[in-house]
Amino acid sequence: MSLLGKLSLQAIPHDPITLGGAVSMVVGVIGIMAALTYFKKWKWLWREWLTSVDPKKIGVMYIAVATVMLLRGIGDALLMRGQQAVSVGASHGYLNSDHFQQIFSAHGTIMIFFVAMGFMFGLINLIVPLQIGNRDVAFPFLNAASFWLFASGMVLINLSLMVGEFSAAGWLAYPPLSELKYSPGVGVDYWIWALQIGGVGSLLSGVNFLVTILKMRAPGMTLMKMPVFLWSVLGAMVLVIFAFPILTATLALLFLDRSLGMHFFTSDFGGNPMMYVNLIWAWGHPEVYILILPAFGIFSEVVPTFSRKRLFGYTSMVWAIWAIVFLSFIVWLHHFFTMGAGADVNAFFGIMTMIISIPTGVKVFNWLFTMYRGRISFTTPMLWFLGFVCTFTIGGMAGVLMALPPADFQLHNSLFLVAHFHTMIVGGVLFGYFAGVSYWFPKVFGFKLNEPLGKIAFWFWTIGFAVAFIPLYILGLMGATRRLDHYDASMGWQWLFIIAAVGVALVFVGISFQILQLIVSIVQRKHNLDTTGDAWGGRTLEWATTSPPPLYNFAVIPEVHERDAFWEMKHSKTAAKKPIYEDIEMPKNTPLAMYIAACAFIFGFATIWHILWLAVLGLLGVITCIIIRVSDDNTEYVITAAELQKMDEAAKA
Amino acid sequence: MSHTTIAELAHEHQVADDKTAFGFWVYLMTDCILFATLFATYAVLHNNTYGGPSSHDIFDMPFVLRETLVLLTSSFTCGLGMLALHRGNKTGLKVWFTITFLLGLTFLGMELNEFHHLATEGNSWRRSGFLSSYFTLVGTHGLHIATGLLWTIVLMIQVSRQGLTRGITRRLTLFSMFWHFLDIVWIFIFTIVYLMGVITI
Repeated sequence: MSLLGKLSLQAIPHDPITLGGAVSMVVGVIGIMAALTYFKKWKWLWREWLTSVDPKKIGVMYIAVATVMLLRGIGDALLMRGQQAVSVGASHGYLNSDHFQQIFSAHGTIMIFFVAMGFMFGLINLIVPLQIGNRDVAFPFLNAASFWLFASGMVLINLSLMVGEFSAAGWLAYPPLSELKYSPGVGVDYWIWALQIGGVGSLLSGVNFLVTILKMRAPGMTLMKMPVFLWSVLGAMVLVIFAFPILTATLALLFLDRSLGMHFFTSDFGGNPMMYVNLIWAWGHPEVYILILPAFGIFSEVVPTFSRKRLFGYTSMVWAIWAIVFLSFIVWLHHFFTMGAGADVNAFFGIMTMIISIPTGVKVFNWLFTMYRGRISFTTPMLWFLGFVCTFTIGGMAGVLMALPPADFQLHNSLFLVAHFHTMIVGGVLFGYFAGVSYWFPKVFGFKLNEPLGKIAFWFWTIGFAVAFIPLYILGLMGATRRLDHYDASMGWQWLFIIAAVGVALVFVGISFQILQLIVSIVQRKHNLDTTGDAWGGRTLEWATTSPPPLYNFAVIPEVHERDAFWEMKHSKTAAKKPIYEDIEMPKNTPLAMYIAACAFIFGFATIWHILWLAVLGLLGVITCIIIRVSDDNTEYVITAAELQKMDEAAKA
Repeated sequence: MSHTTIAELAHEHQVADDKTAFGFWVYLMTDCILFATLFATYAVLHNNTYGGPSSHDIFDMPFVLRETLVLLTSSFTCGLGMLALHRGNKTGLKVWFTITFLLGLTFLGMELNEFHHLATEGNSWRRSGFLSSYFTLVGTHGLHIATGLLWTIVLMIQVSRQGLTRGITRRLTLFSMFWHFLDIVWIFIFTIVYLMGVITI
């Protein structure tokens, strides 16, 4: 075996489209590095961001990564729909089959793991410590490590564009296609290790935020006084804790098949490919709810704030979350009714799938009743909510339809299914996170986003979304299957594919407006400053501190008496008490979290390319960093009461 | 700093340690799910021998019983070490943890010996789905034991250097949770893989 394993110059891409993508990525990175050097910002970047263990900083970095990955994902979408619009009859478009397969695999993987998960953990990092009225998460260093592992996975998946190839086996890499026999290249290994490294990060975050919410709430905030966003995050984190170990194990087993010649999922030697499909969906279905629950939580904050009313049906909201958490573990089989498990099994999972729409319906009605007779202001976050209700309801009805096994046998693997889950994940998850980003932006940065541009972006997104996906429902009913890179002209599908491609282009315009909105908002920030800390007339504790919040979030930990704690503080008649300051401990910055992830990245890369010595080196690096960290008892520093008082009074002045 | 704030800080440290113990316990539960996944895979694949040996043919029960007793004893000595820690007995702690380490090392050696034996007989993980799932389930437990051994070394070096500080006490507590957890997992492996594997109905 050579020193570089399977790696050679052959790994550099040769076809023009991949090469173009790779070159533009390299140019982008060099451009950013040049700008950092020109503006002498390296030190600032290192001190303020890269070594930070502050969840407010980490949250922003999550969202920055997710935004860049959203651009990559929509780029993939444009390529695919463009191909499908022209690749008909004699014309074969501009993508060959193998490249097309890599693109749809990368699109799905990136959008779920590095866009949706990125936005989710970003918002959780930004808001959870503030909403529980505390200064930090339970394990700040672990939190930083989680982020950097997520970032390592992201770099790995993008590196596959430049060095080697990506998986062509779909976003969940079903065997036996993903086994060594049928996918001998490094693509599937890239997929495995990008997800494995990122997934471990998510798992650790799950543990971290569960402990944070259960153990670190401000005095007086009993469970039933928590904002619903916290409940939804708690539910999602419980799901992470139960589901992500399954993913870790499943990916490891697939890797053992591919690298050590084991036979878990092979089609011979007693392997069982359907075992993989069961395991991956035992993670995958809860994953969908991991993503949607925090979005539900965001709407539960946005709707009351902009309706100037208490949330309708708080208790039923909480129970609906836990019903969803429970049910999400007993519906996974609806992803493969066609496996042939028999009528009884299919009937059970079909019925459970229909039942899970009930708590979801409860939530939608609660939001609508919250709006009823409220004083509604149609701000951007509220528009995203209204867009969500319309899209999500359509997607939900398509889902209940497919929960019927006989109907599913017809619709399985068709574009109808593709349209359904995009309606749920774009119209549900992504719209929710967009609402969250525009709602909490002033809290995090101290100024609001430009409203008119945000509204234009919203309309391009929602209309573009409908134009892109309604044709796919129709195409699915006409028999078009997913993952087609070519079809016969006599099918009569082309005009619908062209409409769908136009829809994706409209969505892309929407994203462009969001970027423009961000730039304009930064340039004109003086006009949109939030000087009160309470940009929208909020109800929960994150609005009780300044915008942006100080390093320590709250100089004095607030006391909670009611559900909408901040609303009660604002409107209670009792005069504010004079604050009593105490010494506080804050965690020190450290680059070790980043080093751990960098070593994990080296380990992953070396394993993909079978470079044994480098893999060992990477693993030793991870272990060494951990030992250094646990041998250091001096990881916190104290802000004395006097310093705290000085900083607090300066901030309030 | 006044006395009250020192007392308050001490209380805060207590809260922080509880938080760490709870967090580690939650992590152990995720590990539990990981093992549950491997157990489920074993349950599905253990009859898929593909013409190779089945669980009736390859397990040497007296050997596995000795292996089991070694591991259970190591859990007991780990507990005695923790009792020494709570009495502030540094030497006792070191002695018991050294014994724990040696027993863990013996267990790991026995397991590797068993693996080696199987592989040389032509019954490696490449042979069948059953053997793949067997090696992976038992091997994952072994990997955890190896991690625990490395962890013991680091802890003993820290105890020698820093003494019985608050941080060390916390980390020793976490280690003992980890070690007992591995014991429980092994009892399931012993029952489901080995005992149920050789019983003929």
